[in-house]
Amino acid sequence: MPEITILKRPREEAVITQRMFFKKTARGKVIKVLRERYLRDDISCGVDGCRVCDASAQTVLSRSGDTTHKNFPTGHYILPDTNVFLAQMDLIESNYFTPPIIILQTVMEEVRHRSLPLYSRLKALTTTDELKVWVFYNEFRSETAIVRENDETPNDRNDRGIRKAAEWYNAHLKLAHPPIRGQPNLAPPKVVLITDDFANRQKADKEKIPCISVRNYVDGMKNSDQLLDLLSATGSDEVEPTRAVAGRTALYADYLPMSTLLAGVKAGQLHQGHFNANQYNYLEGTVPVPAFTKPVLLVGRENMNRAVQGDVVVVEVFDEREWKAPTDEVIDQEATLKNDDAEDSEEEGDDLMVHEHESKALRAEHTKKAPTEKQPTGRVVGIIKRNWRAYVCHIDSTSLTSSNATSLGLQTVFATPVSRLLPRIRLRTRQAPSLVGNKILVTIDRWEITSRYPEGHFVRTLGKAESKEAEQESLLLEFEVPYRPFGKAILDCLPPEGEQWVVPPKSAAIPEWRDRTDLRDLIICSIDPPGCQDIDDALHARRLTNGNIEAGVHIADVSHFVHPETAMDSEAAARGSTVYLVDKRIDMLPALLGTNLCSLRPHVERLAFSVIWEMTVDAEIVDVRFTKSVIASKAAFEYGEAQLRKDDPNLNDKLTQSIRLLNSLAQKLKAKRMAAGALNLASPEVKIHLDSSESSDPVDVEQKALHETNSLVEEFMLLANTSVAEKTQGSFPQTSVLRRHLPPPPTNFEKLQDILQKRKGLKLDVSSSGALADSLDKCLDPKEPAFNTLVRIMATRCMLSAEYFSSGSVSRDTFGHYGLASPIYTHFTSPIRRYADVLVHRQLAAAIGYTPLHPSLHSKMHVERIMEVVNRRHRMAQMAGRASVEFYVGLALKGRNEREKEVTEDAFVIRTFRNGLGVFVSKLGLEGLVMFKRDTQFDAENYTISVPSSDIGQPDVTISVFDKVTVRIEVEKDKNTQRGRVKMTLVSPVDSRAL
Amino acid sequence: MSSRVELINAGLLRSDGRRPYELRTISINFGAQGTADGSVTYSHGLTQVRVSVQGPHEAKPGTRRETFHDRATLNVEVQLAPFGVGERRRRGRGDKRLLELAATIKSTFEPVVQTHLYPRSTIDIFIHVLQLDGGLLPACINASTLALATAGIPLFDFVCAISGGVHGTQPLLDLTTVEENDVPSVVVGVMPRTGRATLVQMETRLHMDRFEDVFRVACDAGKVLWSEMRDALRERTGDLVDKLEAGPGMVAVKETEET
Repeated sequence: MPEITILKRPREEAVITQRMFFKKTARGKVIKVLRERYLRDDISCGVDGCRVCDASAQTVLSRSGDTTHKNFPTGHYILPDTNVFLAQMDLIESNYFTPPIIILQTVMEEVRHRSLPLYSRLKALTTTDELKVWVFYNEFRSETAIVRENDETPNDRNDRGIRKAAEWYNAHLKLAHPPIRGQPNLAPPKVVLITDDFANRQKADKEKIPCISVRNYVDGMKNSDQLLDLLSATGSDEVEPTRAVAGRTALYADYLPMSTLLAGVKAGQLHQGHFNANQYNYLEGTVPVPAFTKPVLLVGRENMNRAVQGDVVVVEVFDEREWKAPTDEVIDQEATLKNDDAEDSEEEGDDLMVHEHESKALRAEHTKKAPTEKQPTGRVVGIIKRNWRAYVCHIDSTSLTSSNATSLGLQTVFATPVSRLLPRIRLRTRQAPSLVGNKILVTIDRWEITSRYPEGHFVRTLGKAESKEAEQESLLLEFEVPYRPFGKAILDCLPPEGEQWVVPPKSAAIPEWRDRTDLRDLIICSIDPPGCQDIDDALHARRLTNGNIEAGVHIADVSHFVHPETAMDSEAAARGSTVYLVDKRIDMLPALLGTNLCSLRPHVERLAFSVIWEMTVDAEIVDVRFTKSVIASKAAFEYGEAQLRKDDPNLNDKLTQSIRLLNSLAQKLKAKRMAAGALNLASPEVKIHLDSSESSDPVDVEQKALHETNSLVEEFMLLANTSVAEKTQGSFPQTSVLRRHLPPPPTNFEKLQDILQKRKGLKLDVSSSGALADSLDKCLDPKEPAFNTLVRIMATRCMLSAEYFSSGSVSRDTFGHYGLASPIYTHFTSPIRRYADVLVHRQLAAAIGYTPLHPSLHSKMHVERIMEVVNRRHRMAQMAGRASVEFYVGLALKGRNEREKEVTEDAFVIRTFRNGLGVFVSKLGLEGLVMFKRDTQFDAENYTISVPSSDIGQPDVTISVFDKVTVRIEVEKDKNTQRGRVKMTLVSPVDSRAL
Repeated sequence: MSSRVELINAGLLRSDGRRPYELRTISINFGAQGTADGSVTYSHGLTQVRVSVQGPHEAKPGTRRETFHDRATLNVEVQLAPFGVGERRRRGRGDKRLLELAATIKSTFEPVVQTHLYPRSTIDIFIHVLQLDGGLLPACINASTLALATAGIPLFDFVCAISGGVHGTQPLLDLTTVEENDVPSVVVGVMPRTGRATLVQMETRLHMDRFEDVFRVACDAGKVLWSEMRDALRERTGDLVDKLEAGPGMVAVKETEET
């Protein structure tokens, strides 16, 4: 244990140790604040074998520094200033960037002040093993601490502090490397100040501190080619003022100052919201704002004013006369702007053309529209917060000026993001030819008013487009799924026995058995999808002597292994959820837990958390209890297997009886739930057949089969979740983790109701979930059994998504789960793959008095914060999973296209555009777009288009929403971006290739 | 949200450059203050208090009914200078915070002062808080111990108090205002010779598992404070003895001893 000491400080030091400043509180009061600091001499320089500093201190920097840079042959360390980290983080994070780095405390604090995400990246840097990074606490070392002078700005003060530290370091290294007699006098390594601030460099030169700009430094490195691309555009300003920026005309309006924006939003004149781009039309976006029921529409580039998907923007809404309706046309960025040049040289001529093109596209749209469809229209006047991250892109090969593979000339090219919601990004690179055909990661740096496109820089290559590794990684990056392997600190939290861990023999003295019920003799089994490795639930049922039935749900006791405030816990909280891709699973918890210790595998003893009900034969709950337990599952079934067993009249063993008992209860539970108004929703779920586990080439796609046993498991999980929710909410009314599904606003259904009414004469009653369930049941087309499913899918899309929340943060009457028609609900049954369940386990354990509740779970704020992360991760995981399926569907189609001559499938029309159709292929769970080159007769009122028939002389064929059509599906490669994409054309009723 | 100041950074340095177990600088000044029997100006970091002790003296006529026939009563009054804290605000005598503080100090010293020696009398402890930067209660208690000692009032033991807190899992000692606002904290007053705690005060929630760590560290810190306070007292007494020796009477005694 470290010694307790009193720091002595002479009174004269007060000048440099005390700092007085004035602070204005939120209420507007001005407060005088006095702070002090203690200057020390025991802050180490971090250089290996330094004789001046305390020898016991840990060191990171090698004694000779880095000697590979051509400007500094005697070895050097670099000391970057704040702006280098703010602007060039990608460079510093690159694997090629290897020099030892000294980070000053001043710099750390300034970065923290300016940008928290960058700060956390910087912090991550300091803890990696690969890079040699030393944090020097210069503000606390007596020689390097400085005081801000009277006429000095905080920036100048920090710059001076950085220079002072650099000066001290260089002097210190001289002391640490004294000339040794008999050996040639080697110059000590240098500490090089890296800054892009010209004035700062001048001052440093005057003080004889070695300094250099980032670009010049990278130029002198041995692998400068790869690194120069990583330089962010903001940093290259002063070095290459090649083009006369002033001569260019502004394409966009300037943003209003932040204070005006905030005042405007407060006064209600302006509105704040997240910008959503329209995926069908790049010239249109919407911003949902609280003031209007419909989102504010932004039409055209100027009105979107440089907003990028996800940014928090402030919009001004136009006068109601200028309101417009959203377009019915598909406008593809690539097609419209094909000829736009990445180099801005010919901007003038081009501009007019592009402008004309775009405005024509827009004008065509907004001419004749029924007034009811109009929605608030406005323009972006400012950005509150950019949400830029690294985007997965392809290089547009047409934008290359030279495609010579060996060319290392600097080129400006376009990078097209994979996501259709993003604009193209202009990028300057020297390796353009070698990047074509690859998936690359690009970050946006800035978007000037004079530039049509945002400017960005290259981060790294993910691999060849369409290679599985690259696609997989790009998917994970695109949905921000953390996929790094678990670190040592996390693995250290696992039980030391590893795979050999077993439940210890029963004894009162052993902590594992404390307050645990021994359920090893019960006939318990698990039923899961095929190939499931992380079995987190198991079930049992048996008849009691009093005629009632005891049914139990047993969930893996993850909270026994994952304790609060451990590295594993915080990692799981950050990951939020396990992500299932078609051929890969990204675990939330280390595999040892997920697939072994917490997996309720058959014939081994496992720790579990059990919910046990006593029910009457009619599935009325008599009693429920919760207990930690030890179970030994007797069998692990797949859904199909369990179904066969249940239906086989020859089998009559205890296990089968138990399944039958469960099934009979489940049916009654389901009937009750449906009577209460639960919705039976549908989402397109397909299963990918992989050729073999090694090649993982998809062979075919089929829709998932549903067995009765699926619903058996589902019913009991729902019941367990509901019972647990009631219990924890009762015990912890402020902080229990619950899940709710808000009822959707009726306006969401307007369009679907209208379509159903007009096309099919059907009515959709959305007044309550029960009414909706009933009217969905009536949406039948006798000729078309799949029609009902289609309507369900479309209705599902109109709803809000379910979310986790902390019970103290919302009012009691909004707890309900709309889809399940349950007044209260939570997630308890999958703690291996969802973090919310882990929290619920902890709360339930506390509610039954098994353990005290961890203090963090008493804090509403803490729980809210975790819920926010978990909700986001949950959404992202779903989207990533879907995108992965989509990719494999694409691959499977490609395979089928090669084997068969042409792939045709039945599809439903779900949307009509002026120049195309949105179709849904239910067999593949695939949504696609059929585009017509020629204009068609479009009736927006009735959601109908008429296209000329393929046979000459025949009348036009009309196609409307819900019609069944046949489409030809091809996978074609985009010539420019090498991006494979699904292209659909109509086969019947008309062949659209001619159109 | 975490606060804007990083309370403890990756290098285990606190926001003012101290390590977790380092206490702020302490200065003790026994300048005589007017008619007080014992007074001390005690500063701990940027917290500064002046304590004057008067008494024991006969209880005032008005307060008769509060006096005891077998022991002395302690009367503690705390005043906060309006300039002492950042926000200028006048606190009257009736300020609940200050009354509570005074009551805490009173009950801390009741078992320590040998009150039974002075029946029917009062000992007054007047505390003026001149400047405040965390650790108010410990500073008041430590200063009162010293002032009582200089006033010549017999004590069973010193009372050395210190505040402790927990940031994450790391115990911290001697919190500043910034830290007090952010982390759960405990004030521990120990009687170093007997090793007993005469005061444990907690106004925030602290997890049970963490309490033991903090409590133990704070008790150890109390002993460190003790040696500091004892040295100061000894020095002061040494000074007094030297000054006494300068008088003629003492010289005579010394001479006779030598002969």
